[in-house]
Amino acid sequence: MSGAEGIVLSDLTLAHGRRPAVHHISGRFAPGSLTAIVGPNGAGKSTLLRAIAGLHPAGEGQLSAPRRDIALLPQAAALDRAFPISCLDVVLFGHWHRAGAFRALRPAERQAAREALAAVGLEGFERRPVGNLSTGQFQRVLFARLLVQDAPVILLDEPFNAVDARTAADLLALVHRWHGEGRTILAVLHDLELVRHDFPETLLLAREPVAWGPTAEVLTAANRMKARMMAEAWDAEAEACERSAA
Amino acid sequence: MRRALVGCLALSLAAPPLGVFLMLRRMSLTADVLAHGILPGIAVGFLVAGLSVTAMSIGGLVAGLIVGVGAGAISRATGGREDAALAALYLVALALGVTLISTRAGSVELSHLLFGSVLGVDDPALFLMAGVASLTLLALAFAWRPLVLECFDPGFAAAVRAHGGWWHMLFLVLVVLNVLAAFQALGTLMAVGLMMLPAVAARYWGRSVGGMAYAAAGIAVLASVAGLLVSYHFDLPSGPAIVLVAGGVWVVSVLAGPADGLLTRLLRRPHLSG
Repeated sequence: MSGAEGIVLSDLTLAHGRRPAVHHISGRFAPGSLTAIVGPNGAGKSTLLRAIAGLHPAGEGQLSAPRRDIALLPQAAALDRAFPISCLDVVLFGHWHRAGAFRALRPAERQAAREALAAVGLEGFERRPVGNLSTGQFQRVLFARLLVQDAPVILLDEPFNAVDARTAADLLALVHRWHGEGRTILAVLHDLELVRHDFPETLLLAREPVAWGPTAEVLTAANRMKARMMAEAWDAEAEACERSAA
Repeated sequence: MRRALVGCLALSLAAPPLGVFLMLRRMSLTADVLAHGILPGIAVGFLVAGLSVTAMSIGGLVAGLIVGVGAGAISRATGGREDAALAALYLVALALGVTLISTRAGSVELSHLLFGSVLGVDDPALFLMAGVASLTLLALAFAWRPLVLECFDPGFAAAVRAHGGWWHMLFLVLVVLNVLAAFQALGTLMAVGLMMLPAVAARYWGRSVGGMAYAAAGIAVLASVAGLLVSYHFDLPSGPAIVLVAGGVWVVSVLAGPADGLLTRLLRRPHLSG
């Protein structure tokens, strides 16, 4: 469904101010691929997703991605759940790229949002304010919004954190459905069992890519040890990127 | 008196919905900063042309926009912990405004500018209030969807390229205009009262942004009428009278509002809620 190129990174470096978060990463997320991004805390996983979504400027190097076709699910903690808005209204925002700021929503679009809520197991929740939902239910609402967005490329930042096992299983089934439909999916994850079981491709990131390819080849004990050591080494190191200066 | 009533009713329809958005964005303090921030501009207008609505409004508009942009910059620079810097900003603006006015004016005019006066509402002021209210309602109807989105989920707004920053600027301009209009009747110290108090009270009456906006406008209308009557009959300054009535409604709302009011919470057992 996405462009023939997929998402291509060439020698990409991303920084927070002067502090580099992701270093010299090159590679490609093929169209239709299902990739887990794993790595220690502070490894630059979220920054990479945000950069692909066009929300973080590329420092050096090139990043080519079909920006208009990308849907991003940020980490859940970022939202104010006390906001007075109903579940259906949140899901309807998924139509933004079609309806924009002004056009009235068509009945079919409202129906699509209702069906998306039903698909994530929240039938009858249309008028419920999001403030009344559990963390897992709220994550289901955000997945329903992703369903409505209907994007060829889907970026998920820790989608199963802080949700119960039942919710995680339901949402994972949706991820597989999207994969079956040929969408490109990148998910930042911590649960390595889940990655081994459900994600064909893995990028192991520790500010620099440690390994990238089929999951079984990436998640070796040696690679994971290397990632941990690199992350710890970075904490102690100077702020500026020495290699790009050289 | 009649002019003041019409003007306050116009403001009551337009300003409280803006207050709802300010409250939901956790920017209640910013409104206060803007209200005080316009004072130096009003003072300059006053020094140039006396108690002229046009001159003071232009001055206030310029000053308000500068402070609004400055407050936004402070907010970005401090990563959301801007309250101390904003407090500093509005104290300085207030002191500067009072000093400027005092160089030329007597205490009557100073009190008029600080606390508002029903007699101060002349035809130009009334046109300003009505015009601002109409413009605000039109703009809100026009920009409702992006404002709600930018308010609820700015990250998503950025991801779908909803130009949240522009909507936010439009919103700030509306707030400055409303504060300017409210200043005519309520004075600079109380101008925000008609915007924020009904909005904060409406939190206890509505469960959607739209519901809150209607509730806030209703509360503001009530406070305007009752406040002006009290002000007229007991010879009190109009601004504080209106704000005190709105404050009373707020107290009642906290206690008895149907959405998370104290009484409702006490009466309803948690497992029956929702």
